[in-house]
Amino acid sequence: MSLNRRAVLKSLAAGVIAAGARIDAEQSASAANAHHSFRIWDIHSHLGGLPGNTPEERMEVLIRDMDRLGIERLILSQGFDEYIEHATPEQVRIENDRVLRAVKRFPDRAYASLYINPEHVEASLQEFDRCVRDGPMICVGEIETDLRCNAPQLDPIVERAVSMNVPILQHTWLNSEGNGPGESTPYDIVELAKRHPKAQLICGHTGGNWELGIRIIRDSKNVYAEIAGSDPTSGFVEMAVRELGAERVIYGSDVGGRCFASQVAKVLGADIPDEAKELILGGNARRLLEPVLRAKGMA
Amino acid sequence: MIDTNVNLFRWPYRRVVGDDPETLATRLRARGVTQAWACSYEALLCHDMAGVNLRLAKACSQVGAGFFLPFGCVNPKLPAWQEDLRRCHEVHRMAGIRLFPNCHGYTLAEPESLELISEASRRNLIVQIALSMEDARTQQNVIQPADPSPLADLLARNPRMQIMFLNYGAWTDDDASEAIARIRKAENAYFEIAMNEGVGGLARLMAATSPSRVVFGSHAPFFYFESALLKVREAGLPADQAMALLSGNAQSLLRSR
Repeated sequence: MSLNRRAVLKSLAAGVIAAGARIDAEQSASAANAHHSFRIWDIHSHLGGLPGNTPEERMEVLIRDMDRLGIERLILSQGFDEYIEHATPEQVRIENDRVLRAVKRFPDRAYASLYINPEHVEASLQEFDRCVRDGPMICVGEIETDLRCNAPQLDPIVERAVSMNVPILQHTWLNSEGNGPGESTPYDIVELAKRHPKAQLICGHTGGNWELGIRIIRDSKNVYAEIAGSDPTSGFVEMAVRELGAERVIYGSDVGGRCFASQVAKVLGADIPDEAKELILGGNARRLLEPVLRAKGMA
Repeated sequence: MIDTNVNLFRWPYRRVVGDDPETLATRLRARGVTQAWACSYEALLCHDMAGVNLRLAKACSQVGAGFFLPFGCVNPKLPAWQEDLRRCHEVHRMAGIRLFPNCHGYTLAEPESLELISEASRRNLIVQIALSMEDARTQQNVIQPADPSPLADLLARNPRMQIMFLNYGAWTDDDASEAIARIRKAENAYFEIAMNEGVGGLARLMAATSPSRVVFGSHAPFFYFESALLKVREAGLPADQAMALLSGNAQSLLRSR
């Protein structure tokens, strides 16, 4: 039963190979060539809960852990500060500026995503123009505010996103203990999707309670199941692929509240074909973002 | 690699891959696990705990040639739980027991809980306490995690007592109570990682407790096994700490009995 250093590294390598993640050269150069390597893009990440006083310092921490797990790129959004209730336009702008700073430091490893508070519609549209139309941001969300996403205030914002082929990541939860005030559910995003059939809507967390969330969004073809921010319970990704198809399932982590490991494990550990894992871990995100990236000359 | 936190048979609310012992053993071995400490999901809802533990012991003896180390369940709220404990120790020769306080509806402050843990320790059994099984926010029936705080004094008074806490993600909370702080530093308290979360979470847990008392556990098959394994990789630990986490600390605990 005893293990020496070599056995430990071999076990880690064997386990990670079985999981399908990358092995770095230090541990096993030969092993790196012996398994399927995925291009992993993380659609859902934040700078909250990380060590460091600046966006750049916190981003360095994320890059360190991304490298350890072979994660190629993040889509980064708000959350440097703890959740701000009824965020003012100024607070929203500060959060977006922090994200822009972090991404500017690592342009090859992260894209920026827009934070808005739809309680302030006009300010949200102005922030969209500043950061997306005229800036480097390529996605909207995670939208997590005190207004459910089926509210009519979302409509002009979604229309603006559709006009630029920008997907929207919307926080949703179905909390067994009760949702927070204004917290969205998968039912709400389905309503929004019906009003905006051309929008590409990413159902953040798939409601957390994914057995319900997947069923709720199943018939809404422009809604994608995103797997971040819940415990790595077996069967999540298998059910999502079975009910929605792998093309509608997207990997995200919700770091720094979560680690990359527990979230990417949902895909790497799932009993699905490698082709499906490839889509979920990055292929679908790249397909959704390709139009806006191309339009911005970032593809 | 020793996985200190697996369960055999079916999760009550969902079929999962690996909910038969043969498949679970095959999958864990393929991922580098050499020994798995196993209890039974049947224990969560059954009252006939003697039957649960009998089936667990039988499965562990029949599947995997010693791969599974059985940890029977004892529920101190059941009548005559003392006989369940005796059989775990004397009949099945188990190395330890596993408690599910939140699922079984008792706190760790209740006299029966303390009596059970003390009696198990007197028998030199490792006591694993699964403080939760699932995020309360996603449960069909909401059950809050058990609070480990009442065990701070017990651990301090009984240095030979060996308690391993499973499935708890709040050890490193900034607002942890004084009792939690004492448990973290207790030399006879061990901490399993299945629900440890956050960027740098494993390093924080080791700093808050001790690298010699953090043990590998996956909570498989309810959790994807890869989650725990990749956490070790994400942590970027020195090889000696990785070795201790993956097997050394659990081995030491077993040897100390």
